[in-house]
Amino acid sequence: MLTDALLLQLGYNATLVTLGAALLGAAAGVTGVFLVLGKRALVSDAVSHATLPGIGLAFIAMVMAGGDGRALPGLLLGAAAAAGLGLLCVSWLTRRTRLGEDAAIGAVLSVFFGAGVVLLTVIQTMSAGRQAGLETFLLGSTAGMLRSDALVIALAGALVLALVLALRRPMTLAAFDPDFAVARGLNVRRIDLAAMGLAMAITVIGLKIVGLILIVALLIIPPVAARFWSDRVDHVLALSGLLGGISGYGGAALSATAPGLPTGPLIVLLSFALFALSLLAAPRRGVLATLLRRRRAVAPGAGR
Amino acid sequence: MKHDSTRPEAVRPAIPATAGDAPSVPLAISGLTVSYGDMPAVNDVSVAFRSGAMTAIIGPNGAGKSTLLKSALGIVTPLSGQVTCWGRPLARQRHRIAYVPQRAAIDWEFPARALDVVLMGMYRELGLLRRVRASHLARAMSCLARVGMEDFADRQIGRLSGGQQQRVFLARALAQGADLYMLDEPFAGVDAATERAIIAVLKEIVAEGGTVIAVHHDLATVPGYFDRVFLMNVHAIAEGPVATAFSRENLDLAYGGRLAQDPVGAAGARDAY
Amino acid sequence: MMGAEFVALSLPPILIGTLAAIACALPGNFLLLRRQALIGDAISHVVLPGIVLAFLVTGTVAAWPMMLGAGAAALVAVLMIETIRRLGRIEPGAAMGVVFTTMFAAGVLLLEQSDTSGVHLDVQHALYGNLESLIWLEATGWDSLWDVQALAALPPELPRIALTLLVVAVVMLLSWRPLVLSTFDEGFARTLGLPVRAIGVGLVSLAALAAVAAFDAVGSIIVIAMFICPPAAARLMTDRLGTQIWWSLGFATLSAVLGYVLAGYGPLWLGGTHALSAAGMIASVSGVILLLAALFGPCRAPAGQRPG
Repeated sequence: MLTDALLLQLGYNATLVTLGAALLGAAAGVTGVFLVLGKRALVSDAVSHATLPGIGLAFIAMVMAGGDGRALPGLLLGAAAAAGLGLLCVSWLTRRTRLGEDAAIGAVLSVFFGAGVVLLTVIQTMSAGRQAGLETFLLGSTAGMLRSDALVIALAGALVLALVLALRRPMTLAAFDPDFAVARGLNVRRIDLAAMGLAMAITVIGLKIVGLILIVALLIIPPVAARFWSDRVDHVLALSGLLGGISGYGGAALSATAPGLPTGPLIVLLSFALFALSLLAAPRRGVLATLLRRRRAVAPGAGR
Repeated sequence: MKHDSTRPEAVRPAIPATAGDAPSVPLAISGLTVSYGDMPAVNDVSVAFRSGAMTAIIGPNGAGKSTLLKSALGIVTPLSGQVTCWGRPLARQRHRIAYVPQRAAIDWEFPARALDVVLMGMYRELGLLRRVRASHLARAMSCLARVGMEDFADRQIGRLSGGQQQRVFLARALAQGADLYMLDEPFAGVDAATERAIIAVLKEIVAEGGTVIAVHHDLATVPGYFDRVFLMNVHAIAEGPVATAFSRENLDLAYGGRLAQDPVGAAGARDAY
Repeated sequence: MMGAEFVALSLPPILIGTLAAIACALPGNFLLLRRQALIGDAISHVVLPGIVLAFLVTGTVAAWPMMLGAGAAALVAVLMIETIRRLGRIEPGAAMGVVFTTMFAAGVLLLEQSDTSGVHLDVQHALYGNLESLIWLEATGWDSLWDVQALAALPPELPRIALTLLVVAVVMLLSWRPLVLSTFDEGFARTLGLPVRAIGVGLVSLAALAAVAAFDAVGSIIVIAMFICPPAAARLMTDRLGTQIWWSLGFATLSAVLGYVLAGYGPLWLGGTHALSAAGMIASVSGVILLLAALFGPCRAPAGQRPG
């Protein structure tokens, strides 16, 4: 069963979902490097939680317009709008008040999420909302996913991956050395915005597969894991994309093998396993290598 | 007392390492080594600071001056070495020591007024629960007055200028009622008025029998401000009165001959004005 | 609205919500000043695997084992964050992100894999709590507040959160000066011989205690929101720490009471029939308060940008 899943033998939908998750994981892994390098990893947590009220409002709007509230493109559009607003709030609070970015992140995260939960209860009271199933966006759900939805996710994942790869040079410069980037005539503000925009896109695309609570893991864990293996940004980027892709692919395939194996958590746990491996075994920066080096360094010099 | 051979031979007599246990020595450091990661920042430094004197710790950037101060205070844990204050372990003499940090380590948005900061200096007396009385407030105000900051007592610390902030932290040290004052680059980035106010207070402290040790980077002002110098560059170079230890030879040892002009001569020329 | 029905149905949840909000806002003030605001976020995520494990071990949804499990999970998380941060030389935000998402994922997986059909244990419950269900059926009116028998039937969450708040408040009062000193200037606190690291660990443990107890009653949204929003709004109102704490307590209380009332009665006033999520509404109200403070608070701007 698992080999079938890994070899994409579980039917067209499952295959699409698995490929979509792999593309999403790779795109998230690459994008996340810029966030982690810029020490802004948790901003994406605020952004992802901020999507919930957007999803709720989009549902309500679509139902009021007489349509099907569950149409994925509409919901994702609402999610993206709310995520953008959340991002604006974080940067507004950080720049215009004395609050630190951590407080701004936490405030936006909890308040937007709270508002989203209120909207979910509003939707439950609407006649069309009984089976809305919007809760699946919390933790993601690939069970019973429509073919068109799977296609949207896979295509969007591929698009974001292409965009990140296209923009990787200016984003690397801006994240690594903003002053130098400015001196080179790059618009760092716009590049930062692009990086956050890509992170937002990943959040939105990942809602259906990983869910808004855990999507941030895809943006943080692979980059942090990849960082252990190399000091060169281009290597870290490639490796992070690879680790993210493996996690997405493996997690989605694994979850397709049995019921009760939620996709999002599996992807996250798989990426953590890869992280733990990197933490322990990476040459030079890994724990084992450090221990060995320290031992060697201490032994001859301890004669004082 | 044995030392390894890494320290330059010529200056060994300048370091009275054996005087460290005496009750009259406010701060004695022996064999202190501190390292960040793989590189030692301070390597096997031994030095005894003289009581009732104002000593400058000088050396190039990265010489480990701040680290020496911080590890002497227990803020940074050393790899090895011993620190005694008046012949006893640091832990039992903390109440006699005040420390003024370099200004970077604080969140200037913190909801505290200048007066609140000075009151923090009285933690030893106030303890966990004792009330702040009028007498405490009066003393805190007088400490602020000594540094010329009494008019800013109610100002939030982030709304003071850099020099004013530095003076408030000196006032906090004064409020501690210490015998030994350790300052980390007290004149870095402050205005001329603040520099004058700080040096005046420090000279008062010494005149009243206190001891001042300050990390200092402006070599030209060393002879005017300080009685003694301690030169270091990861290793100890020399300690002694400015007149003898602040020599071209020792400076070359500390700065590796990289000084463009002669600070000793330059300072002397300025003194002659 | 203020009759017997109010005492039975609304008073206990309002009280529990308020006490939980205050218990979180109190340590939240210091977490905010230490730039550790997201610790509350991390803790409330990792509580999930803790309670699921406690359920798997004991087989029931009893409160104490679950709180113990949650507390243990919080401790494991803090240790893991610290270990990963040091071993990997990773910035704290990223280390936190690695740990809390992983532990939350593990909790969800455990929950999905175990049979919880017979008990009230799911992710939604963990997130939103069930403040509305904490009712006091024995109450017949305001007189019941003096009726020992009726009081004994109060929802057990109420005495639990009250006790937690008491512990949090007393510990913070006793350790006020060292806490302020080490938060303001860690180096200076060290020179005074204060156990700076122990104080830091103590504060996080206190926050974890508040989070776990509040989580049990009101779910994690309120916990995260109350750790951050009332202290953050209070910080924009004053330059004095003591005053800031009082503002934050006021804001926490206002959020809890107003949020509950709006969720419970708001739809009725507007002609609806169903109450809305109280937890979500309380978080929303705290957000509105923060927004107003950020727009109009007298000390909202960074210190450097204000006229001297």
